[in-house]
Amino acid sequence: MIQLLGGLLGRFGMAMHIAASWIVENLIEYPEELVFEVKVFFDAIIDWLIANLGGFFDVIAYVIRNIFLISKDVLLFVPWWLYVIGLFFLGWKLYHWKMGILLAAMLAAIGMFGLWTEMIYTLTIVVISVIVSILIAIPMGIWMAKSKSLEVTLKPILDMMQTLPSFVYLLPAIMLFEPGSVPAVFATTIYAVPPLIRLTYLGISNVDTEVIEAGKAFGSTPWQMLRKVELPQALSTIMTGVNQTTMMAMAMVVIASMIGAQGIGYKVLFAIQNLEVGAGFQAGFAIVFLAIILDRILQGLTATSEEEETANA
Amino acid sequence: MPKKKIEIKDLELIFGKGEDRKRAIKMLHDGKSNDYIREHTSSAVGVRKVDIDIYEGEMFVIVGLSGSGKSSLIRCLNRINTPTNGEVLIDGENILDYSREELRDMRRHKVSMVFQHFGLFDHRNVISNVAYGLEVQGVDKEEREKLAMESVKAVGLEGWEHHKIEQLSGGMKQRVGLARALTNEPEIMLMDEPYSALDPLIRRDMQKELLGLEDYIDKTIVFITHDMNEAFKLGDRIALMKDGVIVQIGEPSDYFENPANDYVEEFIADVDKGQVLKAKQLMREPAYVAKENDRRTTTRDALEKHEKSFCYVIDDNDVLLGYVTLDDLNESRKQTIESLVKEEPKALYRQLFLKEIYPLMEKGTTDVAIVDSKNRLHGVISYDDVIQALSI
Ligand SMILES: Nc1ncnc2c1ncn2[C@@H]1O[C@H](COP(=O)(O)OP(=O)(O)OP(=O)(O)O)[C@@H](O)[C@H]1O
Ligand SMILES: [Mg+2]
Repeated sequence: MIQLLGGLLGRFGMAMHIAASWIVENLIEYPEELVFEVKVFFDAIIDWLIANLGGFFDVIAYVIRNIFLISKDVLLFVPWWLYVIGLFFLGWKLYHWKMGILLAAMLAAIGMFGLWTEMIYTLTIVVISVIVSILIAIPMGIWMAKSKSLEVTLKPILDMMQTLPSFVYLLPAIMLFEPGSVPAVFATTIYAVPPLIRLTYLGISNVDTEVIEAGKAFGSTPWQMLRKVELPQALSTIMTGVNQTTMMAMAMVVIASMIGAQGIGYKVLFAIQNLEVGAGFQAGFAIVFLAIILDRILQGLTATSEEEETANA
Repeated sequence: MPKKKIEIKDLELIFGKGEDRKRAIKMLHDGKSNDYIREHTSSAVGVRKVDIDIYEGEMFVIVGLSGSGKSSLIRCLNRINTPTNGEVLIDGENILDYSREELRDMRRHKVSMVFQHFGLFDHRNVISNVAYGLEVQGVDKEEREKLAMESVKAVGLEGWEHHKIEQLSGGMKQRVGLARALTNEPEIMLMDEPYSALDPLIRRDMQKELLGLEDYIDKTIVFITHDMNEAFKLGDRIALMKDGVIVQIGEPSDYFENPANDYVEEFIADVDKGQVLKAKQLMREPAYVAKENDRRTTTRDALEKHEKSFCYVIDDNDVLLGYVTLDDLNESRKQTIESLVKEEPKALYRQLFLKEIYPLMEKGTTDVAIVDSKNRLHGVISYDDVIQALSI
């Protein structure tokens, strides 16, 4: 009786097993026949871009590379102690002497870690990317605030750009350019530009309507309106955007070491690959210090520029 | 009759876009109500067919409840709002036909504006706010700050010119707004509820100051308020607005004497006439006024003809010199009346409210001179006139 039951159960179990594996194979796992890879499209797009616009990208690469090399040389030409002293005075002027000492000490620490040249590389890429971002984002943000149709098109694109994981930006960069500083600047800029566009747009479109009306009522031309009313009113929002953009660029420039950007990021990557914990921490601290220094300088500049604006406008 | 400065003709303004707005316009012309249009379209009616003439040098007040279309209307006068239909003539030119350049020119030189929430540029200090209108015209810094300084003084903000806007109180901010509007030396000033955001006490001071300023600046002022007391205090004439249309236009006394309908009556119910009617609104032309060099006999004959015992004497600029009595004229043997003029101690400022002047007057029908701040004679008023006006 028990044997019979056992046998039955065994059969039943067997049947269940077969059924289950059939279900897994045919209904749960994604069927082979329905695999349709979009990668070919992207390959095609990139191939097409390179084939047809190769010259264009060559020019871009040439320009970026030279700007990078020149800026790097200029930044490296300045002796290290001048940076440290300069930063001390800047911190003093923008905040107080204690901040000056703190910032100068952080910068000196990066040198002490033996990462001065790497820091200059990183800084060069960040500075170029931020400047290019500003040149792109501010006109774009203004235009977006003025044109309903651009606003509608650009908003979802910006949303998407800000949700993409950062290393996705490395892909087109590395495909279009040879590894090195050029794709790093390219990827960093693209990654860093959305917050500034968004905040410029916000800053301009949030200017008080009565203030805009006042500008109009006194006979401003559209250009005077922008320069004397809208931009100054939006200044603090835009500066927040510049700060965010700089911080995004700092984050990206570390990741960009994966595509051959030299700098502190590369030291981190190298340390990880070789399991050198100490060196990794050291490079990590250098990045944090550089980020803090840039952040403080920008915030200080924002605050003082606003005061000056009211004082002598 | 003074000349017409602003003529608003059949003005309509509908907020909305495209087809939806066209439907709204059609509904408006079919006589549908504002609420009906708001419910059936996504457009809104700001102004429905308004006709107003505003005269040169006049203080014209538009009053009405919130949402009655006052702001919509006043913003058509410098084309911050573009009307849907109708005409706005300033000095006989239709400003709706203006090109961008002509419009800008008008805003720079002819029409300026004061805003309810001040509309100040808080990234600039006081003086560069006040100088803004000149700055956009390209006047150089030294020149424009010199001119701006005059307006700053005129509104009593001397010493504050280098302060930031955020350091000022509400009343001071609005003075900056006013100074900014004065700097361009406009012929027309548009003031959209300039005092509504201020405390009652400061508001009263500002109203007084504006009335005082009116004597110095020869401007046409269009002033908006939702406060009937303020409207009557300030206005030479007042337009009462409701749902985008004008319910009544007239001088303050017209409203008390013949309110157009129950709505108007209700609106003016708790207005204290003594606090809002001014000497200048009640004054009459004197029966006879003599010039300082007039012949004694001419003046005597005129007084006898008008059955008056005295008359006021003015110089060539209308400035009040005093009065001469019939008795003196009869006794004297002089050629002219010059030496017979006695000083008038009791002349009243024309911006005073009736409440303020009647304690100063003697009972009876004796005419008292009404003058402006430059002591020019504008008219006369008697105690009985005041009592009669207050008792209607
Ligand atoms: N920019 C706009 N877009 C759409 N509708 C508007 C706009 N401005 C005003 N309106 C509508 O027009 C009508 C008149 O508004 P308006 O601002 O002229 O009134 P107001 O008399 O100035 O009121 P308040 O005393 O509150 O300032 C209101 O129904 C309002 O909702
Ligand atoms: Mg309003």
